[in-house]
Amino acid sequence: MPRFLLIVNHDPGLTQAPPMDEWTPDEVAAHMNYYEALNRELIESGELVGVTILADPRQARIVHCDGASSAVVTDGPYPESKEVVAGFQVVDVESEARAVEIAARVSAAPGPAGVPIQQPIEVRQVMSGSAEEP
Amino acid sequence: MTGRPSVEDLLRDLAPQVLAILVRRFGDFALCEDAVQEALLTAARHWPAGGVPDNPRGWLLRAATRQFTDLVRSERSRRLREERMVREPAAAGAPAHDDTLVLLFMCCHPALTLASAVALTLRAAGGLTTAEIASAYLVPEATMAQRISRAKQRVEASGARFEVPALDSEEWTPRLRAVLHVLYLMFNEGYAASAGPALHRVELSGEAIRLTRALRRVLPADAEVAGLLALMLLTDARRPARTSPAGELVPLDEQDRGLWDRRLIREGAALLASTFGSRTPPGEYRLQAAIAAVHDQAPSAVATDWPQILALYGMLERLRPNPVVTLNRAVALAMVEGPAAGLALVDDLDAPGRPLAGHHRLHAVRAHLHEMAGDVGSALVHYRAAAARTTSLPERRHLMARAARLRAG
Repeated sequence: MPRFLLIVNHDPGLTQAPPMDEWTPDEVAAHMNYYEALNRELIESGELVGVTILADPRQARIVHCDGASSAVVTDGPYPESKEVVAGFQVVDVESEARAVEIAARVSAAPGPAGVPIQQPIEVRQVMSGSAEEP
Repeated sequence: MTGRPSVEDLLRDLAPQVLAILVRRFGDFALCEDAVQEALLTAARHWPAGGVPDNPRGWLLRAATRQFTDLVRSERSRRLREERMVREPAAAGAPAHDDTLVLLFMCCHPALTLASAVALTLRAAGGLTTAEIASAYLVPEATMAQRISRAKQRVEASGARFEVPALDSEEWTPRLRAVLHVLYLMFNEGYAASAGPALHRVELSGEAIRLTRALRRVLPADAEVAGLLALMLLTDARRPARTSPAGELVPLDEQDRGLWDRRLIREGAALLASTFGSRTPPGEYRLQAAIAAVHDQAPSAVATDWPQILALYGMLERLRPNPVVTLNRAVALAMVEGPAAGLALVDDLDAPGRPLAGHHRLHAVRAHLHEMAGDVGSALVHYRAAAARTTSLPERRHLMARAARLRAG
C-alpha cells in the first residue's frame, strides 16, 4: 500500500491562531486530545506507521560541511518560522484519497475556542523500495 | 542452509493443519488463530533446545487446544464472544476438506481488501508471525496486528463458513480466482521488493510459491493453478540477473541470461506444457506464464520471438482489458513493427481521461521507444518525466541512469 508523510508546520492556519503558549489550558488539552484520539483511531485501523513531534525550532541547529574540515554549526531560528516543520505522521493507506482524508482531520484540529485551526497539511508520498508500484 | 528441515519449516507446515482442525472443531476462526499462534510461539521457544517431540502435530494440537480453552475462558469473562460461540455450533461433523484449501478460501475471502487478505493468508495459511509480516511490509508490529485482527473480524462478520464451495458450484470459480489473485499479489510484492533497498524483507515471493505449490497439490487438475505456479517459477528464475551487484535494477533486455535459474525455467515450462491439453481456454495466469516462458527460452532480447509475445498480449488484452497489458503490447508491437507503431498505441493510452494518461510508465515506455527510434531529445524529456513521477526508488534510479547514459551519448 502507498505510504504518505503528513507534515504540519508552525503556520497559524486560516484562523490565524496565536501560538499555543497563549491558549488556555483547556484549549491546549482539547487540541492534544483530538490528536491523541485521531492517532489511536489510525493505530486501530492499521494505518499508522509513526508520529514524530519536533522540539521547538529555536533549538534547531544548521550544519554545513565540505567533507574535509570540521563542520560549521549555526543556531536557528529560521527566518520564516511558519514554514518550519512542527511534526509529521506517516500513514500506510489504500490510496492517496485516504491520505488526504486523514490530512483533513489533522487540519481540523481545534484551536482557541474550539475552532478548527485549519493549518495547511502537506501530503507527500513516500518513495517505495519496490521496483514496481502496487 | 543445512538441508535438514528446520524447526521453523516444520512449524510452518504444521500451522495450517492444526488451525484447520481447531476451527473445524470449535468454529471460531479468530480465536482459533490466536490460539495456534500462541502454541507456535511456545514450540518455537522450546523445540530448538529441548528437541522436537515425537508427534509434533499432536503436541501442537494439544497446546493450541489448551490455549483456545484459556482464551475462551478469558473472553467469556469479558462476555465478548459468548453469543458467537452459541450461535456458531462446532462444525465437528464437517467433511475433512484439505486444510490448505479451506484456509486459503477463508483468508482470501471477498469481504476483505486485498492488502488484508494477503496479510491474513501469510499468517493463517503461511504460518508467519505477525512480527515477520510486519517486517515484510515495513510497518510497526502493532499496526500489522491490528490489520490482521480486523481482517479476521471481517471474515467472521461476513458470516463466512469454514468450508470450500463445491467444485461445480457457481461460487467456485470467483472464489478460486480470489485465492489466485492474492497469491499472485503476494508473489509480486516480494519480487518487486527484491530489487529495492529493503533486502531484509521476509521472502514473500518464496512464501507465495510455497503456498501455490500446496494449492496445486490439492487441485492438480486445475490449469490456472498450474499456470500461476508456472508464472511464478518462470519469473523467479530471472531473479539472480535482475539486480546489479550495486543493487540497481537491470531490465529484462540487459540481463545476463547466463545467471537465470535453468532448473526453475525447466520446471515452469514443463508445468505450463502440462496444461496444454486442458479443456478450459487459457486464463490470465497461463497466458502470462506463456509470455514469461517465451522470454526465458530466448537467447537474447533481440532474438526473442516477439510476434508470439505480441499475439499472447493480444489474447490477454481481450481476456482482461487493462491499460497496463496494452502498454506491454505496445512494447512488443514496437519490437515487431518498429517504434512508430508502438508509440501510436501509447498515444491512445495517453488520451485525456484514460486511466493511465500521464502515468510514469507511459513516459518510461515512450522514452524507451523514442530511444529505439534514435530520437534522443524526446527520449530524454520522457525519461525525466517518468523519473519525476514514479514513487519507486529503484525505478527512479534506473530511469535517471538511462537518461544520463543517453546524454553522455
